Amino acid sequence: MAKAKLMDFDKALELYEPVLGFEVHVELNTETKMFSAAPNNFGAAPNTNLTPVCLGLPGSLPVVNEQAVRYSISLGLALGCSIAESSRFARKNYFYPDMAKNYQISQYDEPIAYEGEVEIELASGRVIHVPIERAHMEEDAGKLTHMGGSTGRIQGAEYSMVDYNRAGVPLVEIVTKPIVGTNEDAPEVGRQYVSIIRDMVIDLGISDAKMERGNLRCDANISLRPRGQEKLGTRTETKNVNSLRSVERAVRYEIQRQAYILSNGGSITQETRHWHEDTGETSAGRPKSDADDYRYFPEPDLLPVQPTAQLIEELRAQLPEAPTLRYRRLKGEWGFTDLEFQDIQNSGLLTEVSATVAAGASPQAARKWWTGEIARVANVQGVEATSLVSAENVAALAALVDAGTLTDKLARQVLEGVIAGEGTPQQVVDARGLAVVSDDGALIIAIDEALAAQPDVLEKIRDGKVQAAGAVIGAVMKAMRGQADAARVRELVLERAQA
Amino acid sequence: MPETSSSPEITPEVVRHLSELAKIQLGEDEITLLTADLGQIVSNIAKVSEVATPDIPATSHPIPLQNVFRPDVVGDNVLTAEQALSGAPEQFEGRFVVSAILGEEQ
Repeated sequence: MAKAKLMDFDKALELYEPVLGFEVHVELNTETKMFSAAPNNFGAAPNTNLTPVCLGLPGSLPVVNEQAVRYSISLGLALGCSIAESSRFARKNYFYPDMAKNYQISQYDEPIAYEGEVEIELASGRVIHVPIERAHMEEDAGKLTHMGGSTGRIQGAEYSMVDYNRAGVPLVEIVTKPIVGTNEDAPEVGRQYVSIIRDMVIDLGISDAKMERGNLRCDANISLRPRGQEKLGTRTETKNVNSLRSVERAVRYEIQRQAYILSNGGSITQETRHWHEDTGETSAGRPKSDADDYRYFPEPDLLPVQPTAQLIEELRAQLPEAPTLRYRRLKGEWGFTDLEFQDIQNSGLLTEVSATVAAGASPQAARKWWTGEIARVANVQGVEATSLVSAENVAALAALVDAGTLTDKLARQVLEGVIAGEGTPQQVVDARGLAVVSDDGALIIAIDEALAAQPDVLEKIRDGKVQAAGAVIGAVMKAMRGQADAARVRELVLERAQA
Repeated sequence: MPETSSSPEITPEVVRHLSELAKIQLGEDEITLLTADLGQIVSNIAKVSEVATPDIPATSHPIPLQNVFRPDVVGDNVLTAEQALSGAPEQFEGRFVVSAILGEEQ
């Protein structure tokens, strides 16, 4: 695949205005699937979370999961949407083996929620109102693993293996209207929007929202129009943008790629593009074609959903604080500077910092761990920081540092152990024997050994040259493999000199 | 977004398009036959529009029922992997094997 030519980002924005649109799929964390009583849990053995409905077996009939409807209404309300008095399901027909029944049950012309708005605030303080077109209920599709070519089991043939566990998992798809006027902030708007949706569904408790597991998936629609032109340009739909960082990168990449093509007299093909996390590029997928005629029609096996005003108001009363409002409040409560708070927001880790504070850590310690060491490791490993460690474990780590059990340096080693899956911080401390040696007896033995090796040190200290203690402290820390509190060692050395 | 659904004239091109979508191979004689048949069916159903004025809502269900839900509880009809795969023409390591259709994810 030839590398696409890109235009400088700033230059692209001088010539064109980017217009964005996002489709975010949220997997709901209900106990069971959208239309069947099959378990909805991640990581089960292939094809063990199925009922006849999930496989579309003859005679099986779908029934709507009430909890999924409540979750969808809550999400719709959180998105500022109106909830439809009457909403119904529709069949989206297509031939692809990720659905055994050759159609997906979705919603078409009567979604459960429509016309909303989400407020986001950028690091600069700029506020953007993202217009929401609709949020509709649907079911997820199964998972295909493509095998192929000469290494495949069926020699020379290419084939796919299907696990239908994910087929029928409840999804809400949130569709924005075209987002205009973002200009140079376009990549950050993309990231911040998806980040807000993620925080929103976590706060609502309706999704695990782990992007690396596909609980939250984003397709980014991007088009450019020449400055001053009203008509929208041709858009591309970049699929598979499954981390916050990727959303930002993919938007930036498509702006630069499309600008190069347009400025050289070319035109944009309306197509699906695939995002490649490793190379940071998009590649052309399937162009829009006749096959995209999904022949939607009302699902005859399901009845309309008509939530009562009472239910809607009950759910509205339970809504948590809107994410952007929460950000403003937390910034004040935590006493962070603009820069410190931006640091957290830019890293997309506010939910984690917040959860860590809730688990007992100080705001500063929570911020320091998440935006410091954890973000660094995430960056090195090329994964989301959230996938590395839980808020509870970070709080536990901070507590061990506060209690003097760990120095910062030891705490980083413990974190490494936690990330490697060795257990909680306390378990790693125990297993690796990493705690600070707080037993003065052990320290005094090491100090005596060091003093014996450097007999002139005590005299120097007594002569008032306190800095001479440094050599002994260094030797003791080395003997303790760094697992001592240097300040305590210093105290003990000075006490020895007074004796 | 929804397309307008004014009943389209059934032409051989429409039938050909539908056959492609449905993955059904049709010969020219079948296309001719189906064009006439489908045209007849559509024009019969179009008679509904003579009585259905815009203020009459579209019906998707003949019985006035709504909000039929199921509690969010795992049922007792969950299949084992063996049962789930029992009708599969081919399987491997607990998965259904299908011929590869690359790059056509919906």
